[in-house]
Amino acid sequence: MLRYIYARDLNTQADLAHSMFVDRADQFQTRLGWEVHVDSRGEERDQYDALNPLYVIWEMPDGRHGGSMRFLPTTGPVMVNDVFDNLTGGNPICSPLIWECTRFCLSREAGGNVAGALTLAGLEIMRNLSIPHFAGVFDRRMVRIYRSLGFSPEIIKSAGVGRDRISLGLWEYDAQAYQRVAQRAQITPEMSQLWFDRSFGSATREAPMRLTA
Amino acid sequence: MFPRGPEGTCAGMHCFERKVTSEAMTTKAALDKILTALDATQTLEGLQSIIESICKVFAIDHAMYHWVDSAGDHYYFGTYSEAWTQQYQEKNYTRIDPVVIGCYQRFHPVDWRRLDWSTKPAREFFDAAMEHGVGNQGYSIPIRGPNGQFALFSVSHHCDDAAWDKFCDQNSRDLILIGHYFNRKALEFEPDRAPEQAQPLSPRELDALTLLGIGYSRAQVAKTLSISEHTLRVYIESARFKLGALNTTHAIARAVSCGMVII
Repeated sequence: MLRYIYARDLNTQADLAHSMFVDRADQFQTRLGWEVHVDSRGEERDQYDALNPLYVIWEMPDGRHGGSMRFLPTTGPVMVNDVFDNLTGGNPICSPLIWECTRFCLSREAGGNVAGALTLAGLEIMRNLSIPHFAGVFDRRMVRIYRSLGFSPEIIKSAGVGRDRISLGLWEYDAQAYQRVAQRAQITPEMSQLWFDRSFGSATREAPMRLTA
Repeated sequence: MFPRGPEGTCAGMHCFERKVTSEAMTTKAALDKILTALDATQTLEGLQSIIESICKVFAIDHAMYHWVDSAGDHYYFGTYSEAWTQQYQEKNYTRIDPVVIGCYQRFHPVDWRRLDWSTKPAREFFDAAMEHGVGNQGYSIPIRGPNGQFALFSVSHHCDDAAWDKFCDQNSRDLILIGHYFNRKALEFEPDRAPEQAQPLSPRELDALTLLGIGYSRAQVAKTLSISEHTLRVYIESARFKLGALNTTHAIARAVSCGMVII
């Protein structure tokens, strides 16, 4: 199932959190060879994890991490502005209506639809929380993956060549994309909404607020 | 109602105001007017009157802004009754108010229906709030400022769920922006705070707004600047937020009135 968890609440989910940071080390250091910091517990964390970001995590049936990504609003410190000014052309992206998505990660044990489920979660955030845009930096191999998942970004700018080529992309909410991604991920919109509501609370159920009637 | 805008508003500004009206977007025009007034506000009383005009334009019962600064001091502007704000403070409701608990250390906007009102203290708090005329519906935007500052911008109204769904659907994005603009202004009043330089527009953002201002389409602007329309969109989005504007037309008008863009 999909979970939406702020960093400060991760301490209540110790196994889930630990397995996420370990899987990130596996993906970004071991498999992709990025220069990331891995601590003595085998966890990959950076300074943005300390800014209380919102994580979207696919929790596997055994309670461990199957895939995840991380969000922060571009009104505060974000990687795209701090690290990739060659991609923003010196124009920092800054708006409460644009969140940055980073550390898109899949566990080696993740099932085939986990990437799709995470993409659907992104659209669920956009749809429910009125956030029309995400920004993110990704390498070339992701372009095809995003396309196959059914939700491609607009590429703002690219830099580098070959394997090292990276791009800054902007995703825009689109109701058709939501349906398409749900279908490809084989998750019904109802189930996805239910998972979202379990994390954020529901806006539609008979709320105690209306007991006053 | 509105404080006067900055002096020296040039002809270009009027031209844009007419354009907005001709699009029959009366609410949008009224909102733009509020933001212009917000920008010109020099006093805390001015902020209070902005809050009141926000209620009027959105046709809602209440709006409020609550700010906790780095020293832990609280500031409040809003339309709730004196009796309710007093009771809120006396009973130290921040400890049990689900809106504060649900927004603190968060950054996503919150529909009050999503909060946990199920505990006994929360239910009692809600009943007390209703007695004092706080709406049964609400929408809150948490805002993180520099140095541990935390602010909350909320609107509240009496209506059923369907009406509130429609309201949020139509207005949430504008409210998110207004909340952040209001906060940016409020920070100017923080004691001992060095005045923050207004973020200047980048040369590309200036070019984009200037060309849009003289009537180029987005496609023409992108072509002239040799950038994609996607890149242009990001420039416009960031310029809009820097200028405290809700839409492109208003952003251009603001840039013109500040003398940043000459058309």
